[in-house]
Amino acid sequence: MKGRVRTGAHYWTGDIACAEGALAAGCMFFGGYPITPATEIAEHMSERLPEVLGTFIQMEDEIAAMAAILGASWAGAKSMTATSGPGFSLMMENLGLGICTETPCVVVNVQRPGPSTGLPTLGAQGDMMQARWGSHGHYEIIAMSPCSPQETFYQTIEAFNLSEIYRVPVLIMTDEIVGHMSEKVIVPDAKDIVILNRPKPKGKKENFKPYAAGRNGIPPMPSAGEGYNVHITGLTHDERGYPVMTPEAQVEMVQRIVDKIRNNCHDIIKTESHLLEDADIVVVSYGISSRTSLSAVYEARKCGIKAGLLRLITVWPFPCEEIRALAKRVKGFVTVEINLGQIHLEVERCSEGKAPAILVGHPGGTIITPDDVLKVLKEAF
Amino acid sequence: MQPDHPLNDLLRKDRIPHIWCSGCGIGTIFSACLNAIKASEIDLSKVVMVSGIGCSGRGAGYINVDSFHTTHGRAIPFATGMKLANPSLHVIVFSGDGDLFAIGGNHFIHAARRNIELTVICVNNLNYGMTGGQAAATTPNRAKTTTTPLGNPESPFNLPLLAYASGATYVARWTMLHTRDLTNSIKEALQKKGFSFIEALCPCPVNYGRRNKLRPLDVFKAYQQKSIVKNGANPIEIDADSDKGIIVGKFIDTERPTYTEMYNKIYRSKG
Repeated sequence: MKGRVRTGAHYWTGDIACAEGALAAGCMFFGGYPITPATEIAEHMSERLPEVLGTFIQMEDEIAAMAAILGASWAGAKSMTATSGPGFSLMMENLGLGICTETPCVVVNVQRPGPSTGLPTLGAQGDMMQARWGSHGHYEIIAMSPCSPQETFYQTIEAFNLSEIYRVPVLIMTDEIVGHMSEKVIVPDAKDIVILNRPKPKGKKENFKPYAAGRNGIPPMPSAGEGYNVHITGLTHDERGYPVMTPEAQVEMVQRIVDKIRNNCHDIIKTESHLLEDADIVVVSYGISSRTSLSAVYEARKCGIKAGLLRLITVWPFPCEEIRALAKRVKGFVTVEINLGQIHLEVERCSEGKAPAILVGHPGGTIITPDDVLKVLKEAF
Repeated sequence: MQPDHPLNDLLRKDRIPHIWCSGCGIGTIFSACLNAIKASEIDLSKVVMVSGIGCSGRGAGYINVDSFHTTHGRAIPFATGMKLANPSLHVIVFSGDGDLFAIGGNHFIHAARRNIELTVICVNNLNYGMTGGQAAATTPNRAKTTTTPLGNPESPFNLPLLAYASGATYVARWTMLHTRDLTNSIKEALQKKGFSFIEALCPCPVNYGRRNKLRPLDVFKAYQQKSIVKNGANPIEIDADSDKGIIVGKFIDTERPTYTEMYNKIYRSKG
């Protein structure tokens, strides 16, 4: 039997690195549905999960896949699904159930260009706003965006950890390019991988209140079968988990599930800075586009342009404070992403008119090259 | 002092009164389900009820075991994930005809095909009650609903036939008047491995009955007078929309390997 953590150096695609990261994080259940360019994650999990006594099932559609991972999570298993645009759209319904019932799980979107069936075999970053607002109602979500197979491995572990401790579905917004590229991936020793688990209830089981806020606003989570007799509903509910159809209950519930993310932004948000100390042009990018952007920043420096890169490792929640602080001292921002302006809107919003923001975008099907970015860095501002 | 209700320990008393209308049959079917759970002697901490959305979907909110009120139509895939992740749980899906067979129809046939160990109880009241009486996938041909004001142009599913054709290993149909038979069927289904399906016919006087000239007692009388118990009947011959009578009974009780058994055998046996 192969172990959970395949310590060593590997030559993996982003999709395989994602699956291996999930296993290293303790994933025990995968519910999936085939879709290019995410299928390899399901295929790899179908082979690997039984080796660690986990369960794989190919469901009848992505609606069912998302529902199944929520059910599995309430049975106590760390669970995951992986999809791309059309499937991500179908998952939005039960993603909302996961948010409302505070169910830990990980959803991977290996993005391809849309709208609709779009370009199934090519890359894009066009689902970033869907990741933020795709399910109905007001909520906060956590989304990450890896730029390489190695980072996909680590981010998948981090996604499981964040999902467990904040009791929220966490999205990994990768793309076809990272998903299908093969690179060296180093897997550390199992003892060097930090694994975090959901808070569990202590004390008496009678009259247990499944939504009474614990530390950081997060309620401890029992599993089905542990004797807590919980009632869990997607209706607006009180601390007991019982439906309460009033605006007051809505305020209490929604405010808490929003605040548990907002109040812990400092712990959740991760960015990486390149040459930002003295930069007067700041490139903001994430995922595959942040790699090509970094090349452009180095090229620009050679031309005497003081460019720097703010790379978003978590995209949601958005690093508003960092953009605000930079806006006060830089000439302008350049957002690089494979869509026609999504995170760009956030950069504009957070710069509050103190520094202009320019988009280098593309509707999808190709990467944005370093030259595309460099050209703008040379001409702008 | 008022004596305790015999099902008190299985009810969330602090959630009573329930939302179901006078003359509705869901409460009777729900009681049959609770009695069956008791009679099955299964460890209650391992019993889980999963519901979808609708009047019957509220069942999960009244039972005092781990209970999950999910999204519309999605109780079965949620229950599938739960059962596979912890096979020691006894997972009951309690929901309505609209939830399980229109929006959730695809999930139903696939869970039956896979032979996931679930006990699915469908309260069939022939319409969407919660939203005020619209046509469902079970509404009889020509019946009036708020969305078929001149009569239903469609034909209903024969639910036991659909369950059988999809691969269910236990299939029964009772009316809510057949409480003992219904209770017994649910108990049998709970004690059986594999995908079990029980259809429970249920009056909806407020939303279905009054548009179809069926007073509450008319429906009870029809259940009493027109029901024909035919255990082992061929599911193809038990159309619910039949003038010949309402065929009830246990139609299918068979064995085939469950998903978990096959998965363990094929995937987990290699050391």
